Amino acid sequence: MKPKFGVVVFPGSNCDHDAYYTVKKVLDNDAEFLWHKETNLQNSDVIILPGGFSYGDYLRTGAIAKFSPIMDAVIQFANNGGVVIGICNGFQVLLETGLLPGVMLKNESLKFVCKDVHLKVTNRNTGFTNAITKDVITVPVAHGEGNYFADEETLKELQDNNQIVFQYSDENGKITKEANPNGSKLNIAGIINKQGNVLGMMPHPERCSDPLLGNVDGQMIFDSIIKNL
Amino acid sequence: MYKATVIIRTRPDILDPQGKAAEQGAKLLGYTNVSKTRIGKFVEFFVNTNNTTEAEKEVKEYSEKLLSNPIMEDFEFKLEKVDEA
Repeated sequence: MKPKFGVVVFPGSNCDHDAYYTVKKVLDNDAEFLWHKETNLQNSDVIILPGGFSYGDYLRTGAIAKFSPIMDAVIQFANNGGVVIGICNGFQVLLETGLLPGVMLKNESLKFVCKDVHLKVTNRNTGFTNAITKDVITVPVAHGEGNYFADEETLKELQDNNQIVFQYSDENGKITKEANPNGSKLNIAGIINKQGNVLGMMPHPERCSDPLLGNVDGQMIFDSIIKNL
Repeated sequence: MYKATVIIRTRPDILDPQGKAAEQGAKLLGYTNVSKTRIGKFVEFFVNTNNTTEAEKEVKEYSEKLLSNPIMEDFEFKLEKVDEA
């Protein structure tokens, strides 16, 4: 049986169709949209919190989405070991719910950054990365608030537990200030929870999975997820 | 009934690029004395009870759970008794 991806749709999500298209049409899995007012995950094996501007980013990114009815089910699913990936706004929602530590601040430049970036795959031993065959992948970012912040203690904990999965780097995997598009602490682009079943990442793997687009690095993240189900 | 005003501030140790950008604008306008600009949020609403303890509890919880994020923000609030909204 094909694994089933549930793609949560908040008012203001705008990468939901890209995510659905990628997992269903490009990678040939089952997929279903889950409206934020639903309370049932429809037997999904993986939950995707997609990018966008849920609730218009009012108050803080992800702040209102965390109280959507569907999120109770997502949090319970995650706490029971279910696989959840939050992309961009989805990452911001995961931070607000507390499934992942930290917060997102406005980009240091105050500019919305939309471009391809290089990511060092800092931890290739996770359920989201163990099918990745390269040290550095190229994935597009598109955000105005991707400046990851956490206090020193939390950052140390993330490092000690190998929870930092992706870091903005140059093409050779070197972590530099120049390679950091938003001012994130430690160039953080993606982290997992301690248990390893929840990933949040600012870059968009669903936007670099269709061969037509000329870059399929994002596929390896979905391949990893499927391999480990 | 109470009228509540909540002020939410980005914590002092957190970079506030908006404040920094606004201050650059202030300098361009010639306001050279301006320093340490920080931009936060101001929220006002009414609380439909005459019980002070109950009103305080609701405003505090609303501010903690939704209006602010304790990782990066502090808040303070004020309650004012009013006759109608």
